[in-house]
Amino acid sequence: MYTAGELKKGLKIQIDREPYIIIDFQFAKPGKGQALYRCKLKNMINDTIIDRTYRSGDVFEAPNLEERKMQYLYNQEDELCFMDVNNYEQSILTREHVGDATNYLIDNLEVYILFFEGRPIGIRLPNFVNLTVTRADPWVKGDSATGDNKPVTLETGYTLRVPPFIEEGERLTIDTRTGEYVTRVKE
Amino acid sequence: MSPGSRNRNYIVENQRLAARESCLRMRALIIQTIRTFFIGRGYLEIETPNIIPAPAPETHIDAVSAANGFLHPSPELCMKRLLSAGYSAIFQICKCYRGGERGRHHLPEFTLLEWYRAGADYMDIMKECEEMIRAVAADTGRGDRIEYMGREIDLKGPWQRMTVHEAFQRYSPMPLEDALDGDRFDEIMVLHIEPGIDISRPLFLYDYPPSLAALSRIKRSDPTLAERFELYMGGLELANAFSELTDVDEQVKRFENERERRRQLGKADYPFPDRFIKELGNMPDSAGIAFGIDRLVMLFADKETIDDVVSFTPEDI
Repeated sequence: MYTAGELKKGLKIQIDREPYIIIDFQFAKPGKGQALYRCKLKNMINDTIIDRTYRSGDVFEAPNLEERKMQYLYNQEDELCFMDVNNYEQSILTREHVGDATNYLIDNLEVYILFFEGRPIGIRLPNFVNLTVTRADPWVKGDSATGDNKPVTLETGYTLRVPPFIEEGERLTIDTRTGEYVTRVKE
Repeated sequence: MSPGSRNRNYIVENQRLAARESCLRMRALIIQTIRTFFIGRGYLEIETPNIIPAPAPETHIDAVSAANGFLHPSPELCMKRLLSAGYSAIFQICKCYRGGERGRHHLPEFTLLEWYRAGADYMDIMKECEEMIRAVAADTGRGDRIEYMGREIDLKGPWQRMTVHEAFQRYSPMPLEDALDGDRFDEIMVLHIEPGIDISRPLFLYDYPPSLAALSRIKRSDPTLAERFELYMGGLELANAFSELTDVDEQVKRFENERERRRQLGKADYPFPDRFIKELGNMPDSAGIAFGIDRLVMLFADKETIDDVVSFTPEDI
């Protein structure tokens, strides 16, 4: 349970039985008047953004959220299957829940799955993942038109720009927060 | 933590504090100007205790407990006792403390200027406000206009004056009476009126419903209104003023109302300010004002947050 005075950016609260995260917060108070807590909130299930103004006296439930370490197993059309590394229970998430994370999902990758009331609603990836290049055009030295990088495709189908010396079959470290190339994996 | 990163943190911290220097210089200059302004008009600068046994019971102002009492949320009661004792024109610049107030425009410890004058009413104080801010503009080399957050504010007189009724008619989605009945006055003020008002000139919003003016006199020409005003400048609420209430029975009744509302909201009850009440009968007709110094510095230093105009925020110490 939270009081209005505890609201701040990043706090997760429950509204109408759904989990929300406060993405912007402003305290306002006329000198003689009551304190108002202005929030911009994002629904953690469907990413809808809403504005709400609360006042002292308002109270909020903390949403029943839990993050579990899980391993990615496989996908079947729009459904992706994950297994809890502790109790081997399997959970299904849809592509909609997973979003851009499919760019980095390879079999057996360990990720964190977010559950609300026991229901999987989202995914948190490790900051860095290693992926194999499945397609890279050879680099034409002196080809200034392409600049100092070139596009490659990774095993997940994700394409990104990397330095020109990267070749097919190499493993690359990718930052999942930015989607950018970090380095070659030395094996 | 490695010694290197600790050292780096010190440097970042130092840079952050050092970056405020120009604002702190502006602050010092403004305070000096204000002192000179009031002393030149025959006001006596006074200091009253920061720790008091019984703050004024106001529904939405939470006093912070201290040893043997409370940190004063405003010096109002002590300053009025001085008026009752015969002081006729006094001012004070002091730290005040209010629990739970922290935001872009709020610090739980902030600097307030209050001044009181016997024989004056709230309209006289409005005029004095204009003159004081023009003196600050002159001393800071601004002339008759300042720029705040990319918008010009014209300080030439006369400033805008608008009643609370008029503001509700213009900007509120609901009539004033409904807002009062539904306890939504402050919400409408923050969400509709404050963003709606024209900021090209400062604005005095005046004549409040008496239920929102616990220490102010009722208008003689219209008993449904209290002689209270607020000054807005650049979208910031700068000051709150009253023609002071001197009717002892009425003041007791208002305080009891505020205490009852605090009780209903589950807020702390304070001891009743008996000595203030006892001496209020001797207080001449007067007017007074509480004026936020930090926000005035924000305006003149063109800063969006109050954090930039103090040496340390609560998070910095």
